[in-house]
Amino acid sequence: MDINDLRSLITVLGLLCFLGIVWWAYAGGSKKGFEEAANLPFAEHDDEGATAKTLHQR
Amino acid sequence: MSGTQTTYNDKVVRQFAVMTVIWGIVGMLVGVIIAAQLVWPELNIGPWLHFGRLRPLHTNAVIFAFGGSALFATSYWCVQRTCHTRLWGGLLIPFTFWGWQIIILLAAVTLPLGITTGKEYAELEWPIDILITLVWVSYGLVFFGTIAKRTVSHIYVANWFFGAMIVAVALLHLVNSCEIPVGFLRSYSCYAGVQDAMIQWWYGHNAVGFFLTAGFLGMMYYFVPKQAGRPVYSYRLSVVHFWALIFTYMWAGPHHLHYTALPDWTQSVGMLFSLILLAPSWGGMINGIMTLSGAWHKLRDDPILKFLITSLSFYGMSTFEGPMMSIKTVNALSHYTDWTVGHVHSGALGWVAMVSIGSMYYLLPRVFGKTEMFSTKLVTVHFWIATIGTVLYIASMWIAGVMQGLMWRAVNADGTLAYSFVESVKGSYPFWAIRWLGGVLFLTGMLIMAYNMFKTMAGGNTKDAPVVAPVAHHA
Repeated sequence: MDINDLRSLITVLGLLCFLGIVWWAYAGGSKKGFEEAANLPFAEHDDEGATAKTLHQR
Repeated sequence: MSGTQTTYNDKVVRQFAVMTVIWGIVGMLVGVIIAAQLVWPELNIGPWLHFGRLRPLHTNAVIFAFGGSALFATSYWCVQRTCHTRLWGGLLIPFTFWGWQIIILLAAVTLPLGITTGKEYAELEWPIDILITLVWVSYGLVFFGTIAKRTVSHIYVANWFFGAMIVAVALLHLVNSCEIPVGFLRSYSCYAGVQDAMIQWWYGHNAVGFFLTAGFLGMMYYFVPKQAGRPVYSYRLSVVHFWALIFTYMWAGPHHLHYTALPDWTQSVGMLFSLILLAPSWGGMINGIMTLSGAWHKLRDDPILKFLITSLSFYGMSTFEGPMMSIKTVNALSHYTDWTVGHVHSGALGWVAMVSIGSMYYLLPRVFGKTEMFSTKLVTVHFWIATIGTVLYIASMWIAGVMQGLMWRAVNADGTLAYSFVESVKGSYPFWAIRWLGGVLFLTGMLIMAYNMFKTMAGGNTKDAPVVAPVAHHA
């Protein structure tokens, strides 16, 4: 196995990793978590209705 | 809702926001001057103010001084607001501001003097490169330090984009600026020949991909939802958008070196990944524009949203044009012509500058304790002037570029060239005048913005706003 096999392997692993992320985002990921994250910018005084409903505190 | 004593650090945001407008005017003024030099060559005065020395000054000023200040201002604002905590870093924070300003001043002195490494967008000599590294590492520490002490569990997607920009630019700068000093103001690249060219364009294209794209997408993911008053269209799409950009951008650089000594397979890989880039780019653009879905009426009377949404349209246009130009057969026509210059400015004026201007119009009143700019009408005027200027610029460069490409490749029946080079210069002349006019319009818009900014600053309140505590979790 020479270095070019390793290079190919890294490329294939990169692709699989990306496909895994796509799967996680659209199938596996929690809908509520994404909704919560999407509302993060809206917790300021200048936001009328859009105030974040649920924010996990750390 | 607050109930806490800590405040956000708005001082550094205010400093960078004001300097964004100032450096925007300086950088674009130099752009207008060099555009005028192409129309009236008599304007090339002495060695210091010659086109060849002012052109890198223009690119450095608009990319790193104007764009860079906008990125610092918006990322510092966004990371504090979405992490619900004050900026971390103590003295490192003012160091990033003053350090960055000194770097800009050093560039403004050294480039006209002809002190340059000759690497496009990385012209600054080694002592300045070291200072850039120090400031950039401090920026990374402040940004990630703030994320580390956030009081909410999620890291908002805009911060992922800003963070990727900081990490990638650090990597690019360190690798491409590897040079051997042979004197205080002279150095040679560590690399030679085609490797040097490949590393330069790996840097060059990723400066576009991470500095001018990822960072400004971070701006888009925060300010478009804020100004539209609704969360981003699809958070899932934003996650995929982020990782798709990260996985593909790094490979696209070779398209700058089509038909050179670079191995053919490398050129083909670069072209292929540039074509793939269309998908994430358009995914992000659609995500931004669709955030307005159901609230399109806001576009009618909100000039800030006009700036933000128009910037996304130009982003979509230039990220369609880019992959197309990376196809080798198209590149055979477009390369080394003004088409490239037009493409760059469709991204630089239409996307980067407009999304920054829109974000600054959001930020400026807020960091001076006001609710809106001194004059919303002038913001609308700025929007239309900037849009017309951009369209004039791009359209004239398309015509000039395609004409140049066709003239340079035209041959007579006996195989000799149909046109001499100077004939293509003569043919380009009217379009260079139109390009200059487009630049003048864009610069005029920035001057209007500066007037509006100083009027907004007058009598402003510069007290830091208290940190908003995150709402507790109730299921």
